[in-house]
Amino acid sequence: MRLITANGLAVRHPGHVALHDVDFHIDRGEIVTIVGPNGSGKTTLLRALIGAIKPSEGTVERMPGLRIGYVPQKLHIEPTLPITVERFLSLPNRANRAQSQTALERAGVPSLGTRQMTSLSGGQFQRVLLARAILSEPDILILDEATQGLDQPGSAAFYRQIETIRRDMGCAVLLVSHELHVVMSASDRVVCLNGHVCCHGAPDVVASAPEYRALFGSGTGGALALYRHDHHHHHDHDHPHPHTHEGAN
Amino acid sequence: MLDDFLVRAALAGLGVGLAAGPLGCFVVWRRMAYFGDATAHAAILGVALALFFNVSVFAGVLVISILVASLVSTLSGRGLGIDTVLGVLAHSALAVGLVAVSFLEGVRVDLMAYLFGDILAVGKTDVLLVWLGGAGVLGLLWWRWSSLLVSTLSPDLAQAAGLRPDREQLVLTLALAVVVAVAIKVVGALLIAAMLIIPAAAARPLARTPDRMALIASGIGGLSALGGLATAWQFDTPAGPTIVCVATLIFCLSAAFGLMRHRLG
Repeated sequence: MRLITANGLAVRHPGHVALHDVDFHIDRGEIVTIVGPNGSGKTTLLRALIGAIKPSEGTVERMPGLRIGYVPQKLHIEPTLPITVERFLSLPNRANRAQSQTALERAGVPSLGTRQMTSLSGGQFQRVLLARAILSEPDILILDEATQGLDQPGSAAFYRQIETIRRDMGCAVLLVSHELHVVMSASDRVVCLNGHVCCHGAPDVVASAPEYRALFGSGTGGALALYRHDHHHHHDHDHPHPHTHEGAN
Repeated sequence: MLDDFLVRAALAGLGVGLAAGPLGCFVVWRRMAYFGDATAHAAILGVALALFFNVSVFAGVLVISILVASLVSTLSGRGLGIDTVLGVLAHSALAVGLVAVSFLEGVRVDLMAYLFGDILAVGKTDVLLVWLGGAGVLGLLWWRWSSLLVSTLSPDLAQAAGLRPDREQLVLTLALAVVVAVAIKVVGALLIAAMLIIPAAAARPLARTPDRMALIASGIGGLSALGGLATAWQFDTPAGPTIVCVATLIFCLSAAFGLMRHRLG
């Protein structure tokens, strides 16, 4: 079932075209990753999909009653605004203590409830954002470069958490990232963006596509291999993932 | 009881203080301090127009405040240097208002009363307007509370939750215009922004959640109004500025408390 469909999407800002001719869709339970270099319109596309900006051309259709769990790229909380983690989780809809606790546990930060949001580390903050996003039991979880500022093991752990959440809750996941190596292997589909969709398909297909290599070079393929080793805890070279080696060359 | 001018003054001050506190929290959280200033200063222009067209000052101020607040809201969405735009608007609105008042021939205007407030001269109608306006503002904030908070934290987060952050901005704009219109008699155009910002700032070190901060700010606003009025009566000082002085004193105490707690751990 289609959750979000975009057809012929274009977004123009004064003076430049952020996106043009973008067709996109995501189905129930899918993990889709949007990759692209800085300034390629990834965040613009997400904001158009959630309805935060109006497309200049084309259409965006969301399934009626679609519940979106959104984890923004970064969220700055003014030091003048006091707010505990528990209170933050209750926005905009009041969550009771048990629900908040379950969401925090799912996000991997069970004991932060009474802390002030401004006192959290980068990793804890992102996980609280994730907990808030899954509280509404969303049909789709949307994450915009959610691991910015985390180190590589931190991002890898964060994405594993998301895989677990998807498995438990059955929601679709839409990721935006430039950290391809940590994200891609878990994705059902990858969309490579650079103002328009340059290529798309299964992770391995995209990683070896010439358009993708033109944007990112082949070096990132090696990093992809690195993550797969880590993820499956294989350290020998005799494992059943031929593409990772192809990527490493 | 309402025949006593002191009772009327106390009630008017209390009403403004209680309503300005929670609204002031949003002004502080959203860095809208100059926004409040621009709207409040423009109120003088509203006074001039009201006297010219012979309508109630409340109505004149309300209309002009809404216009200026909407203008600022629109401009801030256009990517202009917002602090500069607001700086221009805040001061030019005041200047234009003062010039406009000077054109009013045959009308004796006590300008000081509108610049610094004249709380001891509020009538029964003024008290009623303050409480109706104040209750309206608090009701509006109560009704939109959750959406306002999310929109303040992150417009994108609000949008993803199906809310409309632009509409919440409009709610705050309206509430601000109403507070300005009812507060001009109490503390005057120059000091309205102080009644918004100082109680909220004073409440910050005492609160762990936004809800608590708004409640405490409301209390500090009301306390400042009553304390200021009592002090002004005791020492024969101008009431509006004295109210703001009391609020400032509470702010200093609260800030000192916050610093001390921070030091001690």
